[in-house]
Amino acid sequence: MTAVQETPAPEIGKDRRRKEDQRLITGRTRWTDNITLPGMLHLAMVRSPFAHATITNIDKSAAEASPNVVRVITGADVAEEQGGLPNAWPITPDQVTPNHPPIAVDRVVFAGEIVAVIVARSAAEARDAAELVDIDYDELPAALDLKEAAEDKILAHPELGTNKSAFWKFDSAEAGTGGNVDEAIAKARADGIVLEREYRQQRLIPAFMEPRSTVVDPTGEQITMWSATQIPHILKFLLAAVTGVSEAKIRVIAPDVGGGFGGKLQTTPEEFITFLVARKLGKPVKYTETRSESLMAAHHGRDQWQKLTLSAEKDGTVTGFKVELLADLGSHVSLVGGGVPVLGAFMFNSIYKFPAYQFSVQTVLTNKTWTDAYRGAGRPEATYAIERIMDELAAEVGVDPFVIREQNWITHEEFPFTTVAGLEYDSGNYEAATARAKELFGYDELRAEQKRRRESGDQVQLGIGVSTFTEMCGLAPSRVLGSLDYGAGGWEHASVRMLPTGKVEVLTGASAHGQGHETAFSQIVADRLGVAFEDVEVLHGDTMVSHKGLDTYGSRSLVVGGEAIVKAADKVIEKAKPIAAHLLEASVDDLEFSAGRFTVKGTDQGLAMAEVALATFAAHNLPDGVEPSLDSDATFDPVNFNYPHGTHLCAMEVDTETGQVTMRKYAACDDIGNIVNPLIVSGQLHGGLVQGIAQALWEEAVHDDAGTLVTGSFVDYLLPTSADTISFDLDHTTSPATTNTLGTKGVGEAGTIASTPAVVNAVVDAVRHLGVHDVRMPCTPERVWNAINDARSGGGGGAQTETVGAAAPHFDESTGMDGTVDRTSGGTEA
Amino acid sequence: MTRINLTVDGSNVSDDVEPRMLLVQYLREKLGKTGTVIGCDTSNCGACTVHLDGVSVKSCNVLAVQADGHEVTTIEGLAQDGELHQVQKSFRECHGLQCGFCTPGMIMQSVDLLNNNPNPSEEEIRLGLEGNLCRCTGYHNIVKSVQHAAAQGGAQ
Repeated sequence: MTAVQETPAPEIGKDRRRKEDQRLITGRTRWTDNITLPGMLHLAMVRSPFAHATITNIDKSAAEASPNVVRVITGADVAEEQGGLPNAWPITPDQVTPNHPPIAVDRVVFAGEIVAVIVARSAAEARDAAELVDIDYDELPAALDLKEAAEDKILAHPELGTNKSAFWKFDSAEAGTGGNVDEAIAKARADGIVLEREYRQQRLIPAFMEPRSTVVDPTGEQITMWSATQIPHILKFLLAAVTGVSEAKIRVIAPDVGGGFGGKLQTTPEEFITFLVARKLGKPVKYTETRSESLMAAHHGRDQWQKLTLSAEKDGTVTGFKVELLADLGSHVSLVGGGVPVLGAFMFNSIYKFPAYQFSVQTVLTNKTWTDAYRGAGRPEATYAIERIMDELAAEVGVDPFVIREQNWITHEEFPFTTVAGLEYDSGNYEAATARAKELFGYDELRAEQKRRRESGDQVQLGIGVSTFTEMCGLAPSRVLGSLDYGAGGWEHASVRMLPTGKVEVLTGASAHGQGHETAFSQIVADRLGVAFEDVEVLHGDTMVSHKGLDTYGSRSLVVGGEAIVKAADKVIEKAKPIAAHLLEASVDDLEFSAGRFTVKGTDQGLAMAEVALATFAAHNLPDGVEPSLDSDATFDPVNFNYPHGTHLCAMEVDTETGQVTMRKYAACDDIGNIVNPLIVSGQLHGGLVQGIAQALWEEAVHDDAGTLVTGSFVDYLLPTSADTISFDLDHTTSPATTNTLGTKGVGEAGTIASTPAVVNAVVDAVRHLGVHDVRMPCTPERVWNAINDARSGGGGGAQTETVGAAAPHFDESTGMDGTVDRTSGGTEA
Repeated sequence: MTRINLTVDGSNVSDDVEPRMLLVQYLREKLGKTGTVIGCDTSNCGACTVHLDGVSVKSCNVLAVQADGHEVTTIEGLAQDGELHQVQKSFRECHGLQCGFCTPGMIMQSVDLLNNNPNPSEEEIRLGLEGNLCRCTGYHNIVKSVQHAAAQGGAQ
């Protein structure tokens, strides 16, 4: 028994280097595609080239005769047993939800849908045989354009009689959280400002770097699935629910997973097919997609039309905001599917005090790849709309964009604040974050430079974009999810186990795929139990190890999963206390626990947690009735979301002769509450920012007139490179969350949510004096040039409507198939 | 099948391969060098970058038979005698990776970049890594990692 040691510096707040990195920088990794098992068979998928067609005949004889092919399976072969992919969030009771067979049976509904599956002894032989399956299709008209599909002109699923899946509405007057938005708009029409805008959230592709891969081993009593997924626990539950196999006989492992961004928040046809084939053949089976398959058939994100009506007093005080969305579901209502726009429903009012608010969304089925969550899921769309239109209001009133925001935002004295959408924001300080962001950015200097360039008529104009965002994250309070008809809760589970050697094993139901949970969670446990950071081992991603959980998405792992770990660790301390008291021959009430030691108050007598752990393991001398275990479980269900916020500022240079846009500077101050690991936070923000910037400037999933994905490889789907991007200037202000003990807020999606409108506001700001008030995303040089020239020729400066042409395929009949389609006439909207 | 003999991460290896087999497939499927990964079909992403006779190549863009008689170094052979290469250390130090899937290629390309230009500017780093995609980091900390490695004499 040693004297009381000095308390070490807290781990929380340290920029610890990541525990994960050693294996990742040396190639000692376990990606799903690395797994090879004895007797393993390989799958290749035959996919539909048509967006909508009837399958009239499949001749698989040549494929079956191909070397080392074991089986060729069509949808008809397994129609009775393959089940249907689940939708976990029917947003209305009368939602129209088409059946979703993993392998199409008699009709295909998007280009890329699986029509047949080859099972062969090697991946290459499976791929070879896939070329030999001869399928006859009768092509059907395809519902492709979102607006036309909403009018039921062509039906994506003729048997359903409509493309309209669900209509969901929130109205502040009906909810009792605010006034009547239509009255506010009518009043403003008579004596105020009414802004009507329509913005396009283009379709994006999550484009995680690791293509999806699944291995299923059916040998032994349990069926084991390895999958590149964000959601091993949800996948296990749904595999059981769909196939009827007992949950206890399914083990799902998400080994090293190479990014997700929502794109691996899905239960996929490929996973269900691999599971089915492995069970059918009794052999381990692997499927790994190609990048083209990934871009074509892994779910897409965004894809909305946003019709916005903002009413304000003449001085710019907003009186009402009405949001009407059309959201493209693609071919099916996928796992979260229609719920994505609903996640934005409470966020269009953002940081502002609007007296009246209404949100509605019509989800629509089309014959394109199905959509689902992509980083931010609903909230980037909402933030884009509100932050774009607040800039429009500033322009209308003729003031700096910050003047309008300050006039309307919630001030720091007003927290907690219940918004017009019914959410209670627990904490925040928009003034402080804004002041710091402006300082980092050099706001006044850049405004002065902008003025000089405008006055001198410089060919390259400077624009400054503002985005003062907030988001609801940390999904989520189970009761709230229940009230929204989501199929599951939002709790998270953790176990903390003291091992006899004094090491600590932590199990978490969160499932990291690059976020650094092993490091951040170790820091939390080290502080809580007073053990060394190095002595904590965080285990996750295997349902047999971490048996319970709801996985990683929605910026939830730290704020929900981290809090579960805190609670489990506290239980370990409570369990250890009577044992320590017994060993110290003291009363429990006289013990205190600090820095990893139980000490008897007023004495130098004490025991380290490790000593108590060893004594508990030996169990030779425990108090009567105390079980010999320091293992504890906890499940945490938050009472509220949390609400990170920040002020982001972007400077863009726009060449008015060529339309070229160049990012000059990006500065942001985010308030994400208390920070566990600033290094990891910086990484989350940088990556998030670039994904949001990429939506503004580069990325768009484009289908041609036949419904074929034109951007089906990294040659065409423009992910930014290091040469396209810049380094960022970031800082933080801190308003701790009041709904978890660590005071943390989510950060995984913040950068993506905030940055898109900052960039587009900057582009528009650079050329607003030329008459431009919108440029549709992505703001390619072509579109910017068109916007400038359209405005110069008196076209009104709005978003281009004639943006067709760039979507044209490289090789087209009209060009004699020589790839010289005229792509100069604009963007891409079909 | 064609017989090839080459050196991979310091070991002599010899195999019969299909002429169409890519070097990356050979490394992963025949040698179990799964540290090198495949991220695309079009040689855009650079995740499979290795060194062929000391120079970076995208191993999806090289046939295994083309490596016959040559020397290949993968991410698994970069550390020497248990000591990490400075670029590996710098990626950890500067948080230049998150999910880690692009990292083997990114590190191998960064080593090549520093071999050619031991003191690159930020712009030279950004242009030098243009052929390697990362979806997690936004490149900010990758650039810092390379700068850090350069400052530490990263080209060895």
